Amino acid sequence: MIEKFDPLKGEIFRVLDEKGRLESRFEPELAAEDLKKIYSLMVLTRAADQKALKLQRQGRLGTYAPSLGHEACQVGTAFPLQKEDWVFPYFRDLGMYLTVGYPLADYFLYWMGNEAGLRTPDDLYIFPLAIPVASQIPHSVGAAMAADIQKKNIAVVCTFGDGATSEGDFHEAMNFAGVFRTPNVFVCYNNQWAISTPRSRQTAAKTIAQKAVAYGFPGVAVDGNDVLAVYAASKEALDRARAGQGPTLIEAVTYRMGHHTTSDDASKYRLEAEVKEWEKRDPLPRFRAYLENKRLWDENSEKSAQEKAAETVEKAVAKAESVPPPSPEDIFRHTYKETTPQLNQQLDELGELIKEGRK
Amino acid sequence: MIANMVQALNQALSQEMERDPRVVILGEDIGVDGGVFRVTEGLLQKFGSRRVMDTPLAESGLIGAAIGMAAFGLRPVAEIQFMGFIYPAFNQIISHAARLRNRTRARFTIPLVIRTPYGAGVRALEHHSESTEALFCQIPGLTVVVPSTPYEAKGLLTAAIRSDDPVVYLEPSRLYRAEKQDIPDEPYEIPLRKARLVKEGKDATLIAWGAMIPIVLKASEIAEKSGVSSEILDLRTLSPLDTEAVLRSVKKTGRALVVHEAPKSCGLGAELAALISENALLNLEAPVLRITGQDITVPLAKAEDFYYVDADRVVKGIRRLMEF
Repeated sequence: MIEKFDPLKGEIFRVLDEKGRLESRFEPELAAEDLKKIYSLMVLTRAADQKALKLQRQGRLGTYAPSLGHEACQVGTAFPLQKEDWVFPYFRDLGMYLTVGYPLADYFLYWMGNEAGLRTPDDLYIFPLAIPVASQIPHSVGAAMAADIQKKNIAVVCTFGDGATSEGDFHEAMNFAGVFRTPNVFVCYNNQWAISTPRSRQTAAKTIAQKAVAYGFPGVAVDGNDVLAVYAASKEALDRARAGQGPTLIEAVTYRMGHHTTSDDASKYRLEAEVKEWEKRDPLPRFRAYLENKRLWDENSEKSAQEKAAETVEKAVAKAESVPPPSPEDIFRHTYKETTPQLNQQLDELGELIKEGRK
Repeated sequence: MIANMVQALNQALSQEMERDPRVVILGEDIGVDGGVFRVTEGLLQKFGSRRVMDTPLAESGLIGAAIGMAAFGLRPVAEIQFMGFIYPAFNQIISHAARLRNRTRARFTIPLVIRTPYGAGVRALEHHSESTEALFCQIPGLTVVVPSTPYEAKGLLTAAIRSDDPVVYLEPSRLYRAEKQDIPDEPYEIPLRKARLVKEGKDATLIAWGAMIPIVLKASEIAEKSGVSSEILDLRTLSPLDTEAVLRSVKKTGRALVVHEAPKSCGLGAELAALISENALLNLEAPVLRITGQDITVPLAKAEDFYYVDADRVVKGIRRLMEF
């Protein structure tokens, strides 16, 4: 499929139309259970995301980058991953974290202000989300090179936004991936806005996917609000990577429905009409309609999925909030493998201050 | 074997690659060409292109990729061709290499060595003479190492490669072929974070590293003739500092002179002076003095000597210490 949609001609691959009706011959072969699982993960992602916003407003969680509108990009990219694959996400990738099985409580914990939430469980291979834009892309290429060197048959996924494609690290990493023919899958969630800067200010190119052409590997633009399209592209790119056919760049065209972060006010720089237009393309109702047409989903399953998501979210919040704040030892201990006399002295001095009653 | 610093470094790399299949090297012109200073010569032939990687010309991409490799389980040694070209990789070094251990509570660690030639005094092109080690010394999580002899170079690089934390390993280009030494053929480690007592003395402590060591030795000999006995400390690891060694020596001699080729202001000398005054003020017979490069851009070849530290300037510094 990937080679059939020419990014230089602005072609965009989609499986479902905006009403959720099948419009492509490339409908992925997914078992009914998997289809329902994908939708449930999207529901969970949205519920967790909305909860994070609420917690932020209540002062229980810090500045937060919402994922609203990106559920199809995130879950669709992550769903075909295999257990041993590595993931290098950026800061707006809640659905990715949830799909690979990262504990939601830990995800909340990080945004609540505790690095302990970034300690990936030992059986997962998801890197801590990157804050400096595009800086994680070279890491993903290095990991893929290392997998090649160690002859491990895995794929490495890296996600980033449209703003990232202007950074040097994006170009350097793409170039390395092309030269070393690495098992990378790069997925750009092109959500049209990098804080206040529109997509048109990031590049004069017609598509982001076409940038892959210059690095000597395929790129494809997909409808990022169509989870089946994102899934199909991710699956094919992952298979290509594992088969030694090199990297792929996927541009998932979507829209940032929320503010950049909770500290941002998007009404200052974009029109409400534009947001309204994209609301019609919401990835959740669209995929739900597809499931309903297939007789896989109804009011009851919706109700139960929503309830289950709400319950999962509440439990995760309770768990995250029950974690005690980091101790001074926690924040000193991991500077080096072995601590230094300087660090010990500073820790002692901090201990003294605490004893004297400083909070 | 009798080796200069280039050969000593080459042997350390070769032996660590033999010992540990996770050690890989990458950089610009390090494979077929063997590196512009020939430090990696012969390694491509010996270990093949999977483990000795000539990369595209992109310093941030190269260090970023090395970080990914290290997190994945390799022990990469990345070469930056000259320290003056390391700045594009600054974000990767500071924002990621240095802090991934902490931000993942040690789930992902970065056993990465970044080697780069540094320093002036070789009549090089523009941007080839920087000594900006202090920029790295303030970053928690980084270890900054500078060798001063072939023997030191091999042992310190071996230790750096075996370290589980990222090490910025600065090779004084002025010393690459300055001296030959008989070094052990077998692998050996010189522990990081430990300074080396180069010479014992009783009147003043001269603190230096890298290319300043031969200059300080010469100055010390000159001063000896006028009856001043100076102790020389080679820091080896600039960060984290061996504060104990510094304080032990200064408490003994009561005088300290820091010599570095980097510019004076906000250089490591300032940190050392503060360390000494915080911890050994009452032992001091004189204020801590600094003999350093000037606070200017390193001049090109024709005026380089105006910038550089030489033995005469160090002798003057010792005299000022003694006359205070």
